[in-house]
Amino acid sequence: MSLAATVVAAAASTSNTLDITHLGSLTYGLAAIGPGIGIGLVFGHAIEAMARQPEASGRIQQYMWIGFALTEALALIGFIAPFVLP
Amino acid sequence: MTGDIAAAAGGCHLFSGCGFPSPGLQDFNFQTLFTIGGWHVTKPELLAVLCALIVIVFFWIAFRKPTMIPGKTQSVGEMAILAVRDQIIRPQLGRKGDKYLGYISAMFFWIVLCNLMELIPVLQFPVMSRIGFVLPMVLVMYVLYWYTGFKTKGFIGYFKSWVPEAPLFVLPLLILIEVFKYVIIQPATLCIRLFANMFAGHLLLAIFMVATWYLASASIGLVFAAGSLFMVFFVFLLELLVDILQAFIFTTLISSYLADSLESHH
Repeated sequence: MSLAATVVAAAASTSNTLDITHLGSLTYGLAAIGPGIGIGLVFGHAIEAMARQPEASGRIQQYMWIGFALTEALALIGFIAPFVLP
Repeated sequence: MTGDIAAAAGGCHLFSGCGFPSPGLQDFNFQTLFTIGGWHVTKPELLAVLCALIVIVFFWIAFRKPTMIPGKTQSVGEMAILAVRDQIIRPQLGRKGDKYLGYISAMFFWIVLCNLMELIPVLQFPVMSRIGFVLPMVLVMYVLYWYTGFKTKGFIGYFKSWVPEAPLFVLPLLILIEVFKYVIIQPATLCIRLFANMFAGHLLLAIFMVATWYLASASIGLVFAAGSLFMVFFVFLLELLVDILQAFIFTTLISSYLADSLESHH
């Protein structure tokens, strides 16, 4: 019996249903992808802007935090959704 | 955390036969401490009242007898109020936002104190991780921004100010998005942001604290307990930042929403 056949047999013997008791953690991981990229863009561009215009740092930081907060909201909705809809 | 401490203090360690007493939603429900006239007082309510009292008493002492040359308490109070005015209100609203100074600064300091309660031993609960404390503040803000909008622009004018300048063929879609934004998204995200941040922060702290206790047994677990203890300190510092940042963002966004109602950008 070849290795491939063993793997196929092993795959067939396990049940096809997925254990979804901790699906919430998985979906939070998915929900964090977009905001993760977004927060990176917000801070990256803010730092770039501050490096170009150091005298405008205060104003840029103000908008940076607002942008951060708006982006972060999506991840947080993803975080509480499994608690609200178990 | 009361439930976990009780479970953990019962000698629940690694290899002692009991599973990890994982913190969860049950840590956000509290037993009634005492009852005043049918009102069941719980720990978060007590902390919220305590924080409000601290804010009121501090500013009352600071500005009880204002003098030209400020004393110690008065100069701290003035610094605090001016920081709120110059960092939160002025950048968003300009000079005409000064009439909201009382509202915004009281809210800011109350939220900061309520959030910082999660870091103080024994108290150890961020009041704002119960959505019931955040929702009324957002509702007040919601009423206020409709009211200021109607007052400054008129009933029809306020709705007109929602219409962005755009080519005619995308206008229906944009109007739909704007209405959705002002009526649902802005207040909902404002509420969820503060609540969920504190909720997540409390869960993180609770998980590492309980894990430290759970892993600390005379075995290999001691090594992991040390790692977990390090994470407690790390999360502690992170939460210190998040607590102040979230109060700042909450009030900044309220000022920026009020600015939307006061001015016509479009």
